[in-house]
Amino acid sequence: MKRPSATEPSARETEETRLPWPRTWKGVYLFVIGSFILWVALLIALTDSFS
Amino acid sequence: MSALDFVVLIGSMLGIAAYGIWRTRGRRDLSSYLKGDGQTPWFAIGLSVMATQASAITFLSTPGQGYLGGLGFLQIYFGVPLALIIIAAIFLPLYRRLNVYTAYEFLGERFDGRTRLLGAGLFLLQRGLGAGLTIYAPAIVLTTVFGWPLNLTIICSGLLVIVYTVTGGSDAVTVTQKYQLAVIFGGMITAFCLLVMKLPDGLTFKDTFALAGGFQKLKAVNFSTDVHERYTFWSGLLGGTFLMLSYFGTDQSQVQRYISGSSLRESRLGLMFNAVCKIPMQFCILLLGVLIFVFYQFERPPLFFNPDSSRFISENGIGQKLQVYESDFNSSHDQTRQQLETWLKARHDDNSSAAAVAFTAASTSHQHSEQVREDAAAALRASHSSVTANDADYVFITFILHQLPHGVIGLLVAAFFAAALSSKAAELNALGSSTTIDFYRHVIKRDATDADCLTASKWFTALWGLVAIGFALYAHLVENLIQAVNILGSIFYGVMLGLFVVAFFVRWVGGGAVFWAALAAQALVFILYFKLNISYLWYPLIGCSACVVFSLALQAALGGDVKTNPDPAP
Repeated sequence: MKRPSATEPSARETEETRLPWPRTWKGVYLFVIGSFILWVALLIALTDSFS
Repeated sequence: MSALDFVVLIGSMLGIAAYGIWRTRGRRDLSSYLKGDGQTPWFAIGLSVMATQASAITFLSTPGQGYLGGLGFLQIYFGVPLALIIIAAIFLPLYRRLNVYTAYEFLGERFDGRTRLLGAGLFLLQRGLGAGLTIYAPAIVLTTVFGWPLNLTIICSGLLVIVYTVTGGSDAVTVTQKYQLAVIFGGMITAFCLLVMKLPDGLTFKDTFALAGGFQKLKAVNFSTDVHERYTFWSGLLGGTFLMLSYFGTDQSQVQRYISGSSLRESRLGLMFNAVCKIPMQFCILLLGVLIFVFYQFERPPLFFNPDSSRFISENGIGQKLQVYESDFNSSHDQTRQQLETWLKARHDDNSSAAAVAFTAASTSHQHSEQVREDAAAALRASHSSVTANDADYVFITFILHQLPHGVIGLLVAAFFAAALSSKAAELNALGSSTTIDFYRHVIKRDATDADCLTASKWFTALWGLVAIGFALYAHLVENLIQAVNILGSIFYGVMLGLFVVAFFVRWVGGGAVFWAALAAQALVFILYFKLNISYLWYPLIGCSACVVFSLALQAALGGDVKTNPDPAP
């Protein structure tokens, strides 16, 4: 069976997000972790405020 | 359900399926059938990943979890962001670089053929069973409530999903999931808005939260370190990360969704979309359940939400005994409502001491009514052991049926079916792909052409669909099926993840060591499952750790040549 040729990601694709912000993937991952921490903080506040 | 509800339900389901078939007409090559046309943008991938994970039971049962247990269930999703970051940064670039159709092809490239078959076999075993449940679980709930014939519902919805999945392949799944998710969110948002409008006059947003919090429904985070507690911050973050890493990173039904992106960027952004949105989405669904709880403090709920329980009572001559429970439950509920009205008035008058007294009294009568409900359920079980009073699955559908207008009922039932079809389509697509690529092409017919594989893939997809329908038709014979399949998944996922962790990170371990280590780790997980009484969320972590440690030990003991990693992790 013929196998489609491998798609080697370019260095630009690997490093840049092509988003206005964050511009690097490391920045995207930090944003995700930051949003998770924010959610947990809000949930703790909700737990403490109404329990 | 009225004629309008049926028009909305059947129109939306058939319309989306027909659109999926039309949009993907003429797809004739294997690559586009299994991985899409390579043009899928990040938003479509994100929605597809979300729709694959969220089955009908997510939308039917989760509000019930919120009603009964509050927000604590949310902690199971705390592992999602970290797991998806690891997959986006490490797993995904390698899958794309090797241009694989299935995740298990990578195991074959890195180790050997038998390890690849072990990974694919574990996937087919657990997902094959799960596919039947995906269609059975919502069908049993909806047919119980509406009185539809169960087998006909299973067969019709099963055949519909087989037709468009076999016809259009991966792209049909992605295209239809977008619109199915639109129906799901449309229905859930409508239900949320109508529920808020139905809360009693004078009950403000703050009052609603104070009431729910007072009844311990807003305990979203629990830092307990007791391993016997099912949902805690730690089991969610540690166990949940391993569970989600296994599911999103090694389960073909998910891998097939995100490797179809037009580029690495699109696939990564699709995953990150889920990493950010999953917890808020689940929070909203659970909050819906909490608000239904608040609503039912002012409106009398049934003794049992499951109509089968009530039917059984009236048909089996135990009605009189349970009538006593019902009358006790109703009078306790009336007391709770009166005390809560007093509490609300005192709260608005800034009389905090009177408010506290009223709330304590309401809490006491609420506890009594819950005790009566438990006693009634125990009496029901004692009279006939096969009848369960599991109410969580029926809370939301009961609210919909009795409180929402026609048209909206049809929209929400359509939302549940849309969720069932979207996750089932992804499962069938993945089962067909893995059977074709990992077994048919790799074992049965090694010289198969693309055309052979395309034909085989369609047949295998249809076959798995029929197996799922057959399993769903006989699913009622297995007690506690949902729990059994969830636990089955947790038991196998850890070892599957262990295979990939060794493949990615431990380059000096070869196929021989990891194969036997995986079998030993799987045996250990089975033994621990029968010996220990801990939350099932911990088993993926245990299975993965055991597989890695045994691999290292075996490789050190056995020595020998190791096949070089074809494309090492960055």
